[in-house]
Amino acid sequence: MADINILVLADHAEILETMIRLINKNDQWQGTGVSTLEEARLAFKINTFDLVLLGVGVNDETESPILRLCDSVAPKTVCMRHYGGGSGLLYSEIKHALAQR
Amino acid sequence: MKNNILHKADSRFVADHGWLKSAQTFSFHDHYDPQRIQFGALRVLNDDIVNGGKGFGRHPHDNMEIISIPLEGTLEHQDSMGNVAVINPGEIQAMSAGTGIYHTEFNKHPDEPVTFLQIWLYPNKLNVDPRYDQLDYSKGDKHNKFLQILSPDPNDEGVWIQQQSWFHIGELDKGFEIKYSLKQAGNGLYVFVIKGNVVVNGQDLERRDGYGLWPDAEVDIKATSNAEILLMEIPEKW
Repeated sequence: MADINILVLADHAEILETMIRLINKNDQWQGTGVSTLEEARLAFKINTFDLVLLGVGVNDETESPILRLCDSVAPKTVCMRHYGGGSGLLYSEIKHALAQR
Repeated sequence: MKNNILHKADSRFVADHGWLKSAQTFSFHDHYDPQRIQFGALRVLNDDIVNGGKGFGRHPHDNMEIISIPLEGTLEHQDSMGNVAVINPGEIQAMSAGTGIYHTEFNKHPDEPVTFLQIWLYPNKLNVDPRYDQLDYSKGDKHNKFLQILSPDPNDEGVWIQQQSWFHIGELDKGFEIKYSLKQAGNGLYVFVIKGNVVVNGQDLERRDGYGLWPDAEVDIKATSNAEILLMEIPEKW
């Protein structure tokens, strides 16, 4: 069973799929992908997350509500922007975020 | 005052995948070192050697400024915007990944390895339209001077990226001394030694060493052997 639950919000279907696939390659991580704020709200109702990655398509308009959502329902959740689209930086960014919890 | 940071060549993490040997200055892929995350907006500096006929299959990027500089050999790039290009030593490629792009990078030659620098900077604007640019700077004068090969301005010399950053390359004769003046106050300068030995503000540097510093305005550089260096002016915040 995964130790770390990671929610990814990104509006590019292929990139989101790639990120979730890469996250789930690590046996200790479980990735859930959503493409809208509403889907993120729903995901938080049925699961708890250690980390939220804000990916492509998330702008100031969508970033603020998701940060407020994290603060209100899961204040211990690390919420951070992911750059790069899953290639190269994903693992080290996740490790870096988890190390700062 | 921000600290200068020295990255000796042999302190870089080396990932050996058989077909790819990658000397990584900063944390990348499986390699995580909390002391080696970034230098300002500079997030990736990989010194890659790809075997003949091999390369990076189709993979995505978003919201990152990606610069490739071949040093030896030939690299072929294809992307989801329809660009197909070959880049050689003396050329620079810049890609703004923005809202998302897929691409492949392969060693064009079946037998000879390609050595290239893969450099990623955080963009200063998110979710821009993806863009690809390439420039042949091989005819530019970089002998005992710095040739600008990248800037934030489409109308300036070199390729341009979505960040307040400037790259220069120079080939210096042994004993030659030169100053570099920051283009933008407050920026840092990351010096990467491609060949030879130099002294930068009193710091001795050898082949493939990297040195990040936060100068007031100017940096003193002296070649202690014939040398080729890449200067990357990088914003601390963006």
